Amino acid sequence: MIRLEGLTKQYGRFTAVNQLDLDVPQGELFGFLGPNGAGKTTTLRMIAGILQPTSGTVAIAGEDIHRNPEAAKAKLGFIPDRPYVYEKLTGAEFLRFVAALYGQDGPAVERRLDELLELFELAPWKDELTESYSHGMRQKLLISSALVHRPEVIVVDEPLVGLDPKSARTLKDLLRAFVRKGGTVLMSTHTLEIAEEMCDRVAIIHGGRLIASGTMEEIHRETATEGLTLERLFLRLTGGEVVSELGGILDD
Amino acid sequence: MTEAARALAAPPQPPLWTLLTPKWRTALARVRQEQSGAGARVLLLALVGFGFWSALFGISYRVLKYFKGVPEIGVLVAAKFLGVILLAFLGVLLLSNIITALSTFFLAKDLDLVVSAPIDWLRFYLAKLAETAVHSSWMVALLAVPIFTAYGMVFEGGWLYPMVVLAAVVPFLLLPAILGSAITLMLVNIFPARRTRDLLSLVAVAAAGGVVLLFRLIRPEQLARPEGFRNLLDYFTVLRGPTSPLLPSQWAADMVMNWLLLIADPLPIVMLWTTAGALGVVGSALHQRFYLSGFSKAQEGKDTFVRGGGWERALGPFLRRVEPARREFILKDLRLFFRDTTQWSQLILLGVLLAVYVFNIQTLQLCSGERVPVFLVTLIVFLNQGLAGFVLAAIAARFIFPAISLEGRELWLLKSSPLNLEALFWSKYWIGTLPLLGVALVLTVVTNTLLEANAFIMLVSVLTIAYFTLAVSALALGLGALFPQFGTENVAQIPTSFGGLVFMMTSLSLLALILVIEAVPVAAYLRQLSRGETPVVGVEMIAAFGAVMAICVITTLLPLRIGLARIRELEL
Repeated sequence: MIRLEGLTKQYGRFTAVNQLDLDVPQGELFGFLGPNGAGKTTTLRMIAGILQPTSGTVAIAGEDIHRNPEAAKAKLGFIPDRPYVYEKLTGAEFLRFVAALYGQDGPAVERRLDELLELFELAPWKDELTESYSHGMRQKLLISSALVHRPEVIVVDEPLVGLDPKSARTLKDLLRAFVRKGGTVLMSTHTLEIAEEMCDRVAIIHGGRLIASGTMEEIHRETATEGLTLERLFLRLTGGEVVSELGGILDD
Repeated sequence: MTEAARALAAPPQPPLWTLLTPKWRTALARVRQEQSGAGARVLLLALVGFGFWSALFGISYRVLKYFKGVPEIGVLVAAKFLGVILLAFLGVLLLSNIITALSTFFLAKDLDLVVSAPIDWLRFYLAKLAETAVHSSWMVALLAVPIFTAYGMVFEGGWLYPMVVLAAVVPFLLLPAILGSAITLMLVNIFPARRTRDLLSLVAVAAAGGVVLLFRLIRPEQLARPEGFRNLLDYFTVLRGPTSPLLPSQWAADMVMNWLLLIADPLPIVMLWTTAGALGVVGSALHQRFYLSGFSKAQEGKDTFVRGGGWERALGPFLRRVEPARREFILKDLRLFFRDTTQWSQLILLGVLLAVYVFNIQTLQLCSGERVPVFLVTLIVFLNQGLAGFVLAAIAARFIFPAISLEGRELWLLKSSPLNLEALFWSKYWIGTLPLLGVALVLTVVTNTLLEANAFIMLVSVLTIAYFTLAVSALALGLGALFPQFGTENVAQIPTSFGGLVFMMTSLSLLALILVIEAVPVAAYLRQLSRGETPVVGVEMIAAFGAVMAICVITTLLPLRIGLARIRELEL
């Protein structure tokens, strides 16, 4: 459903993403892990067609995002890491606008947005300007906007940041249900417990390169790290096992 | 998959209007909030706006009426006048579009959402072009209304005249929008956007210099001095000749004047619309070819070069006694100013404008070495105050008005700190005012010296300009706090916002009021001089200068108080 081949992104002499190959089949929730600055967001933005790769290709449901962007993007719901909503639109107006971007309008969209707002407990604020929304409410609105056009693929960057426990649970259940119904999710996260709990497979990216990919068992086997938690595995693979002496910083 | 199958796979495209929905809904929501929030503020705006437009209309009407009354050449001068005004508008529009296109096409926060949606390139281009054109042109369009109205009334344009003006103005506004967007597109493809923003400032400086140079080459003041020409025929030739035959400003001016003078010539309208169409096709083709690569590059630029450390070394000894919070606040403002090329490069522009201003004063015949009556010198020096005041208001609009907006979303940091907000506000006031006061005094003293002003008028103009500077800085800071633009991606857009316009109108109204009040004692002084009497300081003079001082003190304290209250109220 999502296929990356030789995906590379260079910023001047700095290579943010280096020859990335990835294949996420239909009906899978795929976790994309990596430390800060590893190239996760750059990769997701290339998948969404916001950044142009220096080389390599991105295909969504068989459509190349750069050769045939409209068809590829029509199947995609993208939730960026920096949520932006128009502050002077109401929640309902915002969702209606996003649906229109995907060529949808009319009663079906009205029903859909009511469902989504109800699901994320935003219905009472449906007709309020989004400038009055809290960070979490904006995040939930943005997630609703990625679902409003019924995408086949969801690409989401750090989905649970800013959500209250109940909304986080709702989103987790929603993404799992989406996958059960044949949808595909590519999700980047720092929260390893969430990746362990939710994802069918994960990939770990470090310094722009893919360093491990597969189910938890496959990664443990490949890296000879059986018995380690995902956190220990992640730290070992990304070189973060050295813990600094925190006490010294907190002392006078 | 075949092309036909791909076309089926792509979703239906939303109408252009839908793409612009967030923009017009935002504008409507803002208007609604203004109406429900602050009735007095809206009323004040309406009054200031109406007063300003009435004044502009009144001046244009009087000047055109006078031109029309001059046999033979009056109509030609009126046509030339329109050409020169539209040429100035064209320069402003092109610059404004280049700067705005950078925000709308490459830096706006909603681009992630829109670019990741399946919108075809042409709809996207047209939507963003419309947004750019509206953002860049609304102020010029508003300024043009009273001028065109005056032309229509003086030359009896009839009921269809507004349609003719609209047919001329629409392509006239579209052309710089298309060209400006295309220039920005190419710049972003060559340089990353954050660098382009730096580069744009230099482009703006170069272009502004170009416009000034163009004006110097046209030498509009020549037209007011027919005696400067060798013979009448030369004068007629200059008047009849177009200001710039290859520029849309001349086509638009010709189109309007042809209608008013009942000349049947379709060439200007054909030129305007065909050029707009052709340029539109070229612009959209360039967009299709280069936009995605440009937008991608726009997200890549990172400025790691640190500038502005010299200020700390230079000001360190002076600021050492200032309490740490205030000292760091002042240094922070200086660092931010000198690290942002869009800010400091405007100083070059300012330098160019001031040099041209002083040069123009020098080229006046008063300085040609001949003995000029004190009466005329005093009059020119007095009127020069108005011009200097206008320049100072423009500088304050560019540098002081955006001060609060530039704090941006980081204002929470200052509000949550133990820093006294009043001290913060006053720091901002003096950081902006002291350099402006320096410029004002140097400008006034230098030009007055060039004009060989006597002690009386020198004292009057120096005091007036000092009071006015203090007031105009306070107005800029206060109105900047009242109409903050926290969300802006581009500092150059802040002075051209609605609040910026209100500031310019208010400060020019203040300037006009000061000049009108001072005209009474200055006229009395000139009368005494012309009668050969020794001028005496009378009650009239003391009352007038006292009134000016009182008005300036009120206009200094009131906006600062209102601005401070607004900052205290702000909920971020």
